[in-house]
Amino acid sequence: MAPLSDSDTTQEEPAALPGDGLREGIVDDLRRRIGDAVIDTHIAPNDDLWVRVSTDAWRQTAEALKAAGFTFFSFLSGLDWLPSPYGKGEEDPTAEPEEPDTEIRPGVTGGDTRFQVFARLVDIDRHVGITVKADVPDDAPAVDSWTTVFAGANWHERECHEMFGIGFNGHPDLRNMYLPGDFEGFPLRKDFPLLSRMIKPWPGIVDVEPMPAQDEPEEDASS
Amino acid sequence: MTMMSDRQQLSYIAGQAADARLNVELETEGMTLNIGPQHPATHGTLRIICRLDGEQVVWAEPGCGYMHRGYEKLTEVRTFPQVTTLVNRIDWLGSFANEVPFILAAEKLMDIEAPPRAQMIRTILFELSRIANVSLFLGDLGVQMGAITPVFLAFRDREYVLNLIEGATGGRFHPNFDRIGGLKDDLPKGWIDETRQVMVKLREFCDIIEDLLFGNEIFQSRMRGIGIIPADIAKDYGLSGANLRASGVDYDLRRDQDLPMAWDKADFKVWTHPDGDSFARCWVRLQETRESCRIVEQLLDQIPAGPIMTKVPRIIKVPEGEAWVSTENPLGEMGYYVVSKGDLGPFRVKIRSASFNNISIVPWVLKGVYVPDVITILASLYFILGDIDR
Repeated sequence: MAPLSDSDTTQEEPAALPGDGLREGIVDDLRRRIGDAVIDTHIAPNDDLWVRVSTDAWRQTAEALKAAGFTFFSFLSGLDWLPSPYGKGEEDPTAEPEEPDTEIRPGVTGGDTRFQVFARLVDIDRHVGITVKADVPDDAPAVDSWTTVFAGANWHERECHEMFGIGFNGHPDLRNMYLPGDFEGFPLRKDFPLLSRMIKPWPGIVDVEPMPAQDEPEEDASS
Repeated sequence: MTMMSDRQQLSYIAGQAADARLNVELETEGMTLNIGPQHPATHGTLRIICRLDGEQVVWAEPGCGYMHRGYEKLTEVRTFPQVTTLVNRIDWLGSFANEVPFILAAEKLMDIEAPPRAQMIRTILFELSRIANVSLFLGDLGVQMGAITPVFLAFRDREYVLNLIEGATGGRFHPNFDRIGGLKDDLPKGWIDETRQVMVKLREFCDIIEDLLFGNEIFQSRMRGIGIIPADIAKDYGLSGANLRASGVDYDLRRDQDLPMAWDKADFKVWTHPDGDSFARCWVRLQETRESCRIVEQLLDQIPAGPIMTKVPRIIKVPEGEAWVSTENPLGEMGYYVVSKGDLGPFRVKIRSASFNNISIVPWVLKGVYVPDVITILASLYFILGDIDR
């Protein structure tokens, strides 16, 4: 048993904060480990690192990153890049509806498909995190499961499956976590309507006075 | 081995046979025990389904979703300033701490920073919400084992902190005080002196809890060596906060990342514990409360003069981009992955809440423990239902 007060389990001097050189080194190391599976990378200066890998190498990436020191599993989830066909529910209900925007514009590191999975891993010793993304094929939305590499991915993949309808090959148990078992549809997909907004528009729009800044929108920003 | 006589050997074989027969007769089918969703020991509507073999749990699975409010979907129909109202309600015992990472992510996308005074007050309120949250945990800990007194002390002393938060923000539980670019208001007159006095009271509270609970023989025997989580398993499951540090992993997002907050201006110790058992998790939280008091006291002396709001347009449009910001919240790593398309509201917000990961280890850690320990292990993992289901 440990004594009630410990004095030697804590590093007194925190390790240096990560720099961009370290992030470039991580990308080079990942390229050495999984080769051409790295499709695109993005480094936000002094901030963060994104890597997009091919769908086939999704699990291999997790193994490679874990071996490279990224042992802390933060989260895994999905992204739906389709613009919402329903807008934000804040438009004037009496106005002519605008032509819905259907162009899929993926975010950082790009993408070719509507859905992407993304996950975040952290290297606790070097204090650096990485966001990994992969495309999910449109015709059969499924990627390999990470559960064999990170046990914590289990629940995140279940959540992602019920919210986005993305399958995870090799996952032991893709039951719903939140929704009833016979629920139809995938709530976080953009084409799933938020029914409360469909029935009744956002009450906030009713009593909003025209804001003075709308007439001269640049005034506050520039002064 | 000494040779047994025939007589001994016969009696030995007969004994073995009798034991075997007894086992066959006493063998029962596994029993399924359902704890919750409404159960005094589950802190809300979490349901735990355990399959038992005698007194031992052989399989356990938490059932979530009784409080799923769909915040990730709701953020997509809100503007950026409106989202803080939602995220306030994720971890309702430390609400202000939920707002900060979201605001920081939006500020990162807009490439602005709050003025130093706002950063300092943010950090102070963040630590106060940690104290309010963890002090209730420390009181509640006793209730799980039948000790009633600590929870009354905790409710009394948490009230001082809630009064402070109310004094500064106007809201006791859901301050909704953080704004993109700064804070809603400055601190009221006399608040700093009052905070100093409350910090003294909270230190006393920590001492009382340490005497009452942590030195208690029953508490130790119920907690020590129970529910051990090794460091590599903890990292695999993404445990964070005190649960991770109690497994000996020295990782604290207040110290280990560069955020526009004021933690680097305070001198504090990140406590870890090598044991990884229930006791360690509770003990780390107790020390953290003390460290939070220290941080608040140090920062109160350093609040700079100046504005509390930077210049932001009145209608906030966040430029296109993606940002991830996480902070060390009372329960662990709380982060927001914000995707903006240049609109008034976010395109997608992934909320990484600490309790979701912290509870995902339950099927692993409950395997093989005895039924009474289920309660203490769950109490020591410390979850808040809103933080699991979101």
